[in-house]
This record gives sequence, C-alpha cells and structure tokens, in this order.
Amino acid sequence: MSAFKELLKTDRRFLIGFFIIVTVIILAFMSFFSPYKPDERHVLPKDQSPSLQHPLGTSSLGQDIFWLLTFAIKNSLIIGLLAVFFSRIGAIAIGLLSGYIGGNTDKVLTTLADSFIVLPRLPILILLSFAFRSNLNFLTMAFLLAFLDWAWPSKRYRSQILSLKEMEFTTTAIFSGRRTLGVILKEHIPFLIPYIMADFISGFLWAIGMEITLSVLGLSNLDTPTIGTMIYWANYYQAMLKGTWWWIGPPVIALIITVIGFYLLSVSIGNFLDPRTRIQRIGGWRTE
Amino acid sequence: MIVIFVGVTIVFIVPRLTPMDPVQSIISRVTALVDTDPRAVEKLVETLTDLYGLRGSLLEQYLRFWKHLLSGDLGPSLTMFPASVVDIIKISLPWTIGLMTISTIIAWLLGIILGTLAGYFSNKRWSQILGTVVMCIYPIPYYIIALILVLLFAYLLPIFPLMGGASIGLKPSFSWSFITSLLKHGFLPAISLVIGTIGWIFMSQRALISRLVASDFIVFAETASLPRKKILSYLIRNSMLPQITDLALSLGGIFSGAIITEQVFSYPGIGVVLYSAILQGDFNLMMGISIFSIIGIATAALVLDLIYPLLDPRIRYK
Repeated sequence: MSAFKELLKTDRRFLIGFFIIVTVIILAFMSFFSPYKPDERHVLPKDQSPSLQHPLGTSSLGQDIFWLLTFAIKNSLIIGLLAVFFSRIGAIAIGLLSGYIGGNTDKVLTTLADSFIVLPRLPILILLSFAFRSNLNFLTMAFLLAFLDWAWPSKRYRSQILSLKEMEFTTTAIFSGRRTLGVILKEHIPFLIPYIMADFISGFLWAIGMEITLSVLGLSNLDTPTIGTMIYWANYYQAMLKGTWWWIGPPVIALIITVIGFYLLSVSIGNFLDPRTRIQRIGGWRTE
Repeated sequence: MIVIFVGVTIVFIVPRLTPMDPVQSIISRVTALVDTDPRAVEKLVETLTDLYGLRGSLLEQYLRFWKHLLSGDLGPSLTMFPASVVDIIKISLPWTIGLMTISTIIAWLLGIILGTLAGYFSNKRWSQILGTVVMCIYPIPYYIIALILVLLFAYLLPIFPLMGGASIGLKPSFSWSFITSLLKHGFLPAISLVIGTIGWIFMSQRALISRLVASDFIVFAETASLPRKKILSYLIRNSMLPQITDLALSLGGIFSGAIITEQVFSYPGIGVVLYSAILQGDFNLMMGISIFSIIGIATAALVLDLIYPLLDPRIRYK
C-alpha cells in the first residue's frame, strides 16, 4: 500500500493512468444502471445528435450511444482480462516447468514455444474465429486469444527463472535446507511478481487490440456490444459518410484513452520496480 | 529446421480440425445456381475431394502434402480452382513486399534516429515531449490508427485515394503516371504502418541509449570532448544488435502480409488474398501463404545468427 501511495505522489504517469482507469471502470459499472438493454434495437429515434437526453446521441440502429458504450467498455475489459488470465497461466506454467525441470522437458517445451512464435498469428486467429464464429462467447474468444499469446511470455518467464536459479541466494536457500517448492514459492515468485504485473498489462492490451481487429472484420459475436463491434456497426452503417461522428467517435476515443491509461500504469510500475531507478530514488547512486 | 517442421504441421492441422469443408462450400455454391441431380452431386464431391488432395485420412493427406511441398508444388487454389497457389502468390506478393519493406525500413531508420537523439538529450524539453507523444501513440491498436488516417485524409480531407494499389487501368510499368499513382495510393497505408511500428522501435532504442549513456566509454568520450557526431555514432553502433534482430524478424514476417492494412486500404496485396482464402476455406492457399511466412521468419532468424559476428566482433562462434 505504501508503494501505491508513493507512486501516486511521485509519478505523474501513475496518477494520470490511475485516474483514467478509475474513470473507465466507473463507466463500465454504470452499465448495470443502463435504462436500455444491450441488445435492444430500434427503441429510440435514429441518428440523433448529442443532446441532454442522449449525451452521445443515438445510432442508426436506434440505440443510445452513451449507454451502449458503457456495455462495450465492460465487455471489452472482461474479454481482455479473461484472455490475459488464461494466456499468462499457461505461459507461467510452461515457463516454470521448462526453467526448473530442464533437460528433455525443457527442450520439448522450448521447441513448441518456438514453433508457436513463427506461426503467423493473425491469420490463424482469423481462421479459428471464423470457424467457431457461431459459438464464440467471452470464454471461447478469450481461449482463442490465449492460445496464440502464450509463447513469447513463456520464453521470457523461462529466462527469468534460469537467471534466478543461478543467483547466490538460491544456493543459500537450498543449502539451508529449503525444499524445492519452498524455494520456488518463497524465494523466486516474489521476484517474478512485478515482472508478471507489467507483462499482464501488455498482454491485456494485445488482447483488447485483437478483439477489436476481429470484431471489425466481422468475425466475433456481433450482437454483444464491445468496443470492436461498436466500430463494426458504425462502419457498417457508414457513420463516416453520413456524418454521424458521435457514433464512430466515442468507441474510438474510449479505446484510445483506456489503452493509454493501462499503458501508463505499466510503464510507471515497471519503472518503479526497476532496481536502478529505485536506487536513484533513494539517492544512493547517481549516474551523472 | 525442427521449428519450421512443427510450425508447418500446426498450420496443416489447424484448418482441418475446424468444421469448415471447402468441397461442401463449392458444391453449395454450384447447386444454389442450378438444380442438379443428387447422384451428379455425389460424383462431383468425389472428384473435387480428389483434386483438392483432401482424400484419405489426415495422415495420408499429411504425407502427400509433404511429398508435394518438397517438390515445390503447393497445389491448386481451392476457390480459384485451376490457378495454382504459387501463381496467385506471385501476383500479389510484389505489392505487399514493396509496401511493407519500404515502410518497415523507414519506420526502423526513423525510430533509431529519433530514439537515439531522445535518449542522448533526455533532459531537453523536445525530447520529453516526443517521448510523451510516442507513449500515447504506442499502445493504440493498429487498426484504430489506420481508421483515423482514413477518416482524416480520405473522408474529411480527400487528399489521398481511398482504395487500390494504383489507379485502375494503369499497367505496371516504369512510366511517370504509374509511379506517381503508385506512390499516391501507397502513401496512407505506408504512413499507417510507419506510425504503427515506430513506437516500439523508438522506445526500445531510447531505453538502450539511456543505459549506454551512463557507461564508462561514453563518459570518457564526453570528458575527452569528442565531437557530438562521433559520440552519437558510437552510441548507435553499440545499440545496433537488438535492433537489427527486430528489423530482420519483422522483414521475415512480411510474407503473411499486413491483413489489416490491406483490408482497411483495399490494397491488392497478399493479406487480402489470405483473408479471403480463410473465409472461403481455401486450405491450400492458406497453407501456401503461411508456409511462406514461416519460412520467411525462420530464414531471418538463421541469417541473423550468421551475421551477428559481423555486426559485433565480440561474438565468435567456435
């Protein structure tokens, strides 16, 4: 908690990022109070420009854009979180396995990861989501994204483990009689946690970006409002040509703000945990 | 080599595990137009399965596939039937390679130069502004960048054409009109690619440089008051290794095309071909393009291993 307070005080990036994320989460929670259902269409007059009654206007499908946006943000966040959750669990498990066990297990797992890295990810993602389009919900979508995004992170976790294993304190812990599991949980995981946090955010951003890409190509479940499907429908009804900028604008802007917010958080956390800047902050060692 | 093998195998198996059936989709397209005798349809299915190389169990198909692949035959395209996969790739690949090579290299050079300057003069005001701008652009998904560019420069200010690789009707040649039209059509897609990729290069380069600036030999060079240019060139030389790796891998990756770019800007490259192949269940075409891409990346990795000692004399292979 003290780290959190210090970050809020010292790092402007953290402050801005935190503020953005809180706003976005509040917006997402507002969807529970929406007067309209997310799949309701043609309940309002079409193509109305923003007014007091409809703060962001209405779409060509007769939806209130503000409330639709709250649903979209909520769903996009959920998909991103689920995807990053699955992919990082896989990545961490595989990275730890091949880092700790080594030998043949390591060889097999590394080859597998390398093969996934050379795969053209986007085409395969398009193929799979096209093939399973009919039963694509949050979970399957998240699984698909996770399936294609575990290889790089698992390699990075593996290399972290390998360098941790060589550290002196590992040997000390082993000689003082700690069991292997104890060493992993008590000595190594604390070192990995900051790294995992920054990695989580970058995976999260990737997942959100991919969700949008797929939706815009019309390959996800288009009835669930997400930021991507909102853009899809706005494009579909040619919001740009018609001049209904309040339809295409909000999802784009909401997305940009969200990703910048999360990114600022990850940069600031990463910076905070970097041992070199830590030393600089304490004032013990300066580079100039 | 093993990586290529496993990668190709995954690309082979994945589409065949999906419930898509290219033969059925062709049949349904044919029977939708004309009423046909069911027995004729049955025969047709048989012939098509045979022609497409989809007969037999997965293992048989797989063995046959490798036999053909090793003799350089990627089979016919399933949707544009008599045309072979190699021919289709040959038509669209130059567009993609032209667009992507140029924009990748521009983004790389620009990113390196700006990143080096921003890392070296990290206390200057312009460097901090530049850093903030890049930090705000970097996390934005690529599609959104492309969309905003289209909004701004093709709808609001119609400076650039909305679609195509060159004006319709112009034959590829070295005439003035073709080249200007090519540049005009390629400009927006290229800019979007540059913006989309420069963020990462800029930031990694800046991080590398700011680490190097603190190292002894640079401190020494500063105290010896060597000219700025010389110091900067030392910095660039010493930060080159990871950046060359990035460049080579992204150049190797261009064979799978920029699906999104080509889709948004309707550019006639390999990405669009791949996209429609996927949607129509054209296994062979998908495989062909993916194999190109896998081999591209794997070759890039191999070439890198070979040229590392040239770039950095400290690396020697025994």
